Amino acid sequence: MITLKGFIRRFLSDPVAIGAGAVLLLLVLMAALAPFLAPQNPYDLMQLSIMDSEMPPAWHPGGDDRFLLGTDAQGRGVLSTIMYGTGISLLIGIGAVIVQGVLGVTLGLIAGYKGGWIDAFLMRLADIQMSLSTLMIAIIALAIFQAAFDANTYADYALYMLIVIIGVAEWPKFARTVRSSVLGERNKEYVDAARVIGLSQRRIMVTHILPNTLTPVLVISTIQVAEAIMTEAALSFLGLGMPTDRPSLGSLIRSGFEFIFSGSWWITLYPAIVLVVLILALNLMGDWLRDVLNPKLRRGDE
Amino acid sequence: MAMLEISDLHVAFPKGRTGEVEALRGVSLTLEKGQRLGVVGESGAGKSMLAFAILNLIAEPGRVSEGSIVFHGENLLDLSERDIRRIRGNRISMIFQDPMVTLNPVLTIGTQMVETLKAHRRISTAEARRLCIAKLKEVAIPSAEGRLDAYPHELSGGLRQRVVIAIALLTDPELIIADEPTTALDVTIQAEIMALILKLCRENDVALILITHDLGVVAEVTERIMIMYAGVCVETGPTQQIIRTPRHPYSAGLLKALPQFAGRGARLYQIPGSMPPITALPPGCAYHPRCERATGRCSAQIPPLEHGCACFHPLDQTEAAS
Amino acid sequence: MTDAIVETKGVEVRFPLPAHFLSRKKPVLHALNTVDIAIRPGESFCVVGESGCGKTTLGRTIIGLQRPTAGEIYFKGQRIDTMDEATRKPIRREMQMVFQNPYASLNPRRNVFETLAEPVRHLMSERSGAEVRAQVEDVLEATGCDPSWQRKLPHEFSGGQRQRIAIARALVTNPAFIVADEPISALDVSIQAQILNLLNDLQAERGLTYLFITHDLSVVEHFGTRVAVMYLGRVMELAETETLFSSPKHPYTRLLLDAIPRIEGGSFDTPREPGELPDPVNMPPGCPFAPRCPMVEARCRAERPELRRLANGTHAACHFAE
Repeated sequence: MITLKGFIRRFLSDPVAIGAGAVLLLLVLMAALAPFLAPQNPYDLMQLSIMDSEMPPAWHPGGDDRFLLGTDAQGRGVLSTIMYGTGISLLIGIGAVIVQGVLGVTLGLIAGYKGGWIDAFLMRLADIQMSLSTLMIAIIALAIFQAAFDANTYADYALYMLIVIIGVAEWPKFARTVRSSVLGERNKEYVDAARVIGLSQRRIMVTHILPNTLTPVLVISTIQVAEAIMTEAALSFLGLGMPTDRPSLGSLIRSGFEFIFSGSWWITLYPAIVLVVLILALNLMGDWLRDVLNPKLRRGDE
Repeated sequence: MAMLEISDLHVAFPKGRTGEVEALRGVSLTLEKGQRLGVVGESGAGKSMLAFAILNLIAEPGRVSEGSIVFHGENLLDLSERDIRRIRGNRISMIFQDPMVTLNPVLTIGTQMVETLKAHRRISTAEARRLCIAKLKEVAIPSAEGRLDAYPHELSGGLRQRVVIAIALLTDPELIIADEPTTALDVTIQAEIMALILKLCRENDVALILITHDLGVVAEVTERIMIMYAGVCVETGPTQQIIRTPRHPYSAGLLKALPQFAGRGARLYQIPGSMPPITALPPGCAYHPRCERATGRCSAQIPPLEHGCACFHPLDQTEAAS
Repeated sequence: MTDAIVETKGVEVRFPLPAHFLSRKKPVLHALNTVDIAIRPGESFCVVGESGCGKTTLGRTIIGLQRPTAGEIYFKGQRIDTMDEATRKPIRREMQMVFQNPYASLNPRRNVFETLAEPVRHLMSERSGAEVRAQVEDVLEATGCDPSWQRKLPHEFSGGQRQRIAIARALVTNPAFIVADEPISALDVSIQAQILNLLNDLQAERGLTYLFITHDLSVVEHFGTRVAVMYLGRVMELAETETLFSSPKHPYTRLLLDAIPRIEGGSFDTPREPGELPDPVNMPPGCPFAPRCPMVEARCRAERPELRRLANGTHAACHFAE
């Protein structure tokens, strides 16, 4: 067990954690405050002009001060689209992890506590799910969805579809983690003590066992957010993710990719840098959390 | 000269960025050939640390910060890892609480015993096997020949600990360090194992350092005793003398707290509080907050170990005997 | 016996073991075999034996953590093992348990108040919030805990303090009967005395009845009124504590008594043969102790001795006990 005070002390004594935390905070703030900070609103067609298309970054010849990082083929400022796009990527990442977490924690808790055939069934289901690649499931589901509905409906619901598909495809990771912690916890004497009082199974699971399995959940959540963002970026890059008028970082990279050989490298490069930095910060944060919260790796302070 | 002479041994662990805490704070002892010493203390008193220090096995980031451990005139702390291996597991053997620390679960007992022997002696495998069977017979393992090809998990806990003892004896050591060798075992098996260790030590004139929390076991097996509290030795001397007439208030309290001493249903003597962790030691004598004899001096000065007792207000003969 | 507070009649517990999926034979572990005991109000009934003898299973079966495969369990004349949860709820107030490991028996994420309030809130739901707080504070005081502990988490306490909190949790609903499963064996010697004294004081103040499970006969001698000695799921001897220690009738009891290390020394001087427990899955037909028994005869291997009353009031399961 680590106290909040100890946690903060550990955080402040680790430069990597501070760095990753600061970058994450910066990106989240940038995305959340995009409507106030961004020089243009890329969703507002009235603000766009085709005359502004494919302008290089401001410090290059032909650049314009209104568009610091240049513009894309539709005349949207790259900086503005990155700000909005980071928000969409984070939304999909966090949303998908919430879906994964709720599904995975619930099923893992039930499998671990009940045991027997319920456990066997759920874990085989997880095995099957894990043996199918997330990307493959997502490609099939989104392709069907795209074919079934017209482009406008697709554009409206793409965000939710991505959250649900990535969420459902990755629940086994949470379920397995929770199940193995439950197996460790359920034979401890404090659970017996709760049974002696006569608490119902469900109450013991939720009020006693669940809180003691959440530490590893927190650790994998961070890493899973990064993973979900990458999955979404990959899908968008393949043209199955967010539509280009509400672009995520992935769809931005894709939309610029067509122009990379015509010399407009900035459309792809800047969103790609942001994506890499975001994923790196999330993964570093996840690794740091694992080191701090895993008592087996901790030494020294009791 | 004594076989083993430890003087003023300190073991320190880093704390925070620059600080250090001491798990052992100046422990000295001498052990003659064939002598059996019991090291008694509660968990965290530093008794296992002492064993690890003698074998040069203190895990990082801990280190021996001061003192010397002289074995037959050689300071073990000055030896290279290579030279230490010449002594550890050869002239000094060890028995741990959990036999599975010593035994490798994926190798047969025979393989492990032969390997141990060949690491220290130039002998043929056939000769080594013959010796191993002889040692297994010495520790009274039934059908010893067949057991050489058994895996550790095929044996019961008691038999496993017997195998560990046989391995410890393989190289005819002069000193065995046994760290809680029977704590994990049942009472009847504990009696078997302790009786065996006692017999083997007596017959082969092997010295023994027995580390345990059980005063009864120490009383049965050892000739001298050392009682540790919070990283120091508070009292040392002949076992029976200390058990009959303890002088340090902590030793006296430990003995009086045993149910064997109180009448049936009578209240047990209880030492108030619990031992402080090494990170939060009180000033002066570490025991003074729990001690009913403590005075102002006890909280100001650390009492030195004089005449086998580290206390400013030791019990006298009549008090001790009651 | 109708005056018993807790009574077991022919209680058996069998655990099915994982079988090879092709094998038709289903291996079964007999953890308890026809155990009949009756615990009288106000006594400290001790169950003693080595690991695997079924003493913990007996405690867990009586408290309801383990369903008996056969047999009946009574509390104050009411049969409880077949009761549904609603009928049983008022009885749960009266029966509580103290566990062995104070490091695992408290939920690490709950503070002391939440841990202690939970039994009251669940089992005495008529109590108001203020009454719950008063009840928690009373029980903390009775068990020697400081009222300031209520907002702290278990990791802030030492082992002895945690065990006090665990005892407080067991007592918070004012039970009449407590199962204490090795409540002191995970603690240091000086703390063991504190906890034993606490259990004794609480019994005197509240008229508690204990089922005290232990492997340590010296604790039984100090603490118990009557003792059941168990071996491989069976009661081998059942006697008043004094009678058991002055004239043990079963050879296994004698073996256990001989194994206690004595402060005055001498019990480990004679070497002992390694004793092997028979496989509890494939039990031999006769007396389970026969393979280790010094006075074994052909009859013992063929016919299982039943627990029978001897002239001095002791019950023993041995053909030759008198």
